Amino acid sequence: MTDLDPISIQATRASMRFLLLFSRQGRLRLQKWYTAISEREKKKIIREMTTMVLARQPRTCNFIQWKDMKIVYKRYASLYFCLGVEHEENELLALEIIHRYVELLDKYFGNVCELDIIFNFEKAYFILDEFLMGGEIQETSKQIVNRAIESSDMLQEDDHSEWYEVELFG
Amino acid sequence: MSPSVPLQEMIRAIRSARTQCEERGVIQRECAAIRAQFRQTDNGGRSHNLAKLLYVHMLGYPAHFGQMECVRMIASPRYSEKRVGYLGAMMLLDEKQDASLLITNSIKNDLSHSNQYVQSLALCTLACMGSAEMCRDLAPEIDRLLRSSNSYIKKKAALCAVHIVRKVHELGELFVPSARSLLSEKNHGVLHGAVVLITELCERSPETLERFRKVSVPDLVQIMKGLVISGYSPDHDVAGVSDPFLQVRILRLLRILGRNNEAASDAMNDLLAQVATNTDSTKTVGNAVLYETVLSVLDIKSESGLRVLAVNILGRFLLNNDRNIRYIAMTSLQKIVSTDHNAVQRHRGTIVDCLKDQDASVKRRALELSLALVSASNIRSMMKELLIFLSSCPPELRAHAASGIFNAAERYAPSKRWHIDTILHVLTTAGGDVRDETVPNLIQLITNTSELHCYTVHKLYRALLTDISQQPLVQVACWCIGEYGDLLLKGECQETEAVQVTEDDVLDALEIVLQSHMSTPTTRGFALTATMKLSTRITDNVDRIRSIVSIYGSCIDVELQQRAVEYNALFKKYDHMRAAVLERMPVIQKNSLGQTNGELSEEPIKESQPGKVKQEEMALPQQPAGQNVYLTFHKLVCSTYLNQFKVFFMLLLASAPTVTVYEKNGVTLTLICERQSESGLTVTLTASNSTDSDISSFTLQAAVPKSVQLQMRAPSRDSLPAHGGAKLTQLVVLNNPNKVGLQNANRTVPTSLTSIKMS
Repeated sequence: MTDLDPISIQATRASMRFLLLFSRQGRLRLQKWYTAISEREKKKIIREMTTMVLARQPRTCNFIQWKDMKIVYKRYASLYFCLGVEHEENELLALEIIHRYVELLDKYFGNVCELDIIFNFEKAYFILDEFLMGGEIQETSKQIVNRAIESSDMLQEDDHSEWYEVELFG
Repeated sequence: MSPSVPLQEMIRAIRSARTQCEERGVIQRECAAIRAQFRQTDNGGRSHNLAKLLYVHMLGYPAHFGQMECVRMIASPRYSEKRVGYLGAMMLLDEKQDASLLITNSIKNDLSHSNQYVQSLALCTLACMGSAEMCRDLAPEIDRLLRSSNSYIKKKAALCAVHIVRKVHELGELFVPSARSLLSEKNHGVLHGAVVLITELCERSPETLERFRKVSVPDLVQIMKGLVISGYSPDHDVAGVSDPFLQVRILRLLRILGRNNEAASDAMNDLLAQVATNTDSTKTVGNAVLYETVLSVLDIKSESGLRVLAVNILGRFLLNNDRNIRYIAMTSLQKIVSTDHNAVQRHRGTIVDCLKDQDASVKRRALELSLALVSASNIRSMMKELLIFLSSCPPELRAHAASGIFNAAERYAPSKRWHIDTILHVLTTAGGDVRDETVPNLIQLITNTSELHCYTVHKLYRALLTDISQQPLVQVACWCIGEYGDLLLKGECQETEAVQVTEDDVLDALEIVLQSHMSTPTTRGFALTATMKLSTRITDNVDRIRSIVSIYGSCIDVELQQRAVEYNALFKKYDHMRAAVLERMPVIQKNSLGQTNGELSEEPIKESQPGKVKQEEMALPQQPAGQNVYLTFHKLVCSTYLNQFKVFFMLLLASAPTVTVYEKNGVTLTLICERQSESGLTVTLTASNSTDSDISSFTLQAAVPKSVQLQMRAPSRDSLPAHGGAKLTQLVVLNNPNKVGLQNANRTVPTSLTSIKMS
């Protein structure tokens, strides 16, 4: 751990740089980027991630040291969840973050599978955006995230004329 | 919520495409339809269209024509359209796109919207892709929202503020007061956001760090205590740990506040001990918190008892079944092995066991840690383990392991014999993966261990008989046999069982290396030179050597051919000097200027600047009493075993010998020696430049031993034009009145060398 140089201000970044979901055939199902990089760069990273993660042996550890960041990945059924985190981040917690996201998807879709995420990809994003934001964790309570999504969905149902205030408890 | 039928139909259509080409066709049609729909006025299906486009984008197809549609959708009063519009903005627009500025106004409006879900969309998008200008524009608004009574909005505003501070450092000051007050919130989401914000502010500015250190440490300690000790909280419980995400974040902030500060570290000591002992470590989530605690303990000024506790937790992690945990234990131990060396040493056994782990990452970490833990007291047992590891380690780790072993051996070798044995062992096991300087380094080591010459040559001879595929080993073996072949033939050895070999056997071994297809040209060079050296160390088979040498005189490989021709000449015309030339090498010293043997230290000429300081060492001709001129390139000889006699002979063979003594980076330097009298010699130095740029201020300097007089005439020019435009010549007159021969000069003294310095 380096000391903070009192003279120069070190550049800090968000904990997470990106989250990718891809199938075992390497097809991308979700991509969330928390850094500003070009399309070309994104495609390159996606290619490298899928190749690297899909090539991993079954009983190896879930962390990969890659360039200046750590890749934390976990496989759930036919989907690989791949989180790119900063070098100083807690890898075990990153695994918990992935797990929490899967639980949220599961609660929403009811026993979620890859097809749910394919056909309702925008919902997957909406859920993610209630859980994480700007590369950090936004809400640590499962119930609050679920309730927010439900309320937003209801709002989307009747978005015709009136707006009404919705107070969230807790 | 009803799914979007048009979207799902399109997805189905794309998925049912059987080939890539078919899929492209479907997508092109869909995109065309989408584009047409974008141009139409509002038809109620806009959100579906944009969603379709976003799906297509995720498959990797271009979707930039949807950017303006996103902007329009965001401005729509309908929530469903805003929702997809903002999603589109986050996917298609980033701060580098011009279109992103267009949504600033919409975001501004939506931030003050009466509905919190609309506000939420704006906040999320700003935090995701807000550019510096947008951040500057909207910062006051965010600060206002930080004081709202709505925790749903507050927590999002906090993370938005974090993003703003990352983009525009100066705005940090703006958020400090709000950040402080947020710490007294009860809502975990808001608390978490507050902690992240404070962390960001502290990392940005030392003054802010100071301020928070004074006021916030007790509060944070209090909050942590509440999380760790309090009962089961269903909202935030994860496998028995209460809100691990918040705990980890607080621990990290405490780490930053306690770093380098005794008072703050003291204040959090008890808490850290409590977390370390009370957290349930049976599940990953508990271990995540423990891990963060350990990292914090080790980074602040904690008391030694707590540090030992932390290292012990890492030791326990090493024994965990979960390989993720073993892996992070090792990365952490690696970071502290230099500061808490003794504490880590206690777990050496476990670490060494991890060398045998299945996982390649764990193995790699174990290797690095093991190398860091080697010390004078455990070198023998550690080396045993490391050598076992080397024989079965994955190929990508071999080079690293070999060099690590060499370093360790060099630092802690209990005896020379052990050192040589270890190196030989590595060369036999992983010879293909060692670095190039291993060969000269080993040769130097062997030469310097004169008491073990007999032992070494025996061992290497046996190794050569077994296997000639490992090139570094073969090279060293050939060199040794060439140097110490007489000891081999003597048939007796103190340290090890002697071999009974005849001269033919030894020459056979060398010839096999010469002829084998496995030998590289370098190796064959070694073998040929060794064969030549043996000509003075054996008695009966000199003719055989003569014939070998003459055969290679017509070898296709130019290097071998040249050597063979020169050695032939040594046999024929200069046979009287053969013994002197081929006698035992002196003990090699490391250069007093700090160069190690095996390299000539040189900096490459930068094309833009004139070349600077390249040192080339060579001896000027000395005259032995009444003898012809001969040169010994002392340094060159020692440092380039391969070219040992090369330049020597080049000088001899030509009647007016022109020797190229330097040729690198486009600069060539030759010298021509001419004997003028019994004790006088003129050397003409010629320099040329074949690079693309001129070299200005090119001067040559020379130094000679005290007994020799030197007179340098003026050079013909002082610059070297590019592309060999003109040559620079300089005459040097040498007088050796005492006729001091090099034989008599002190071999190890660098003053017997002449340096040519080019500036």
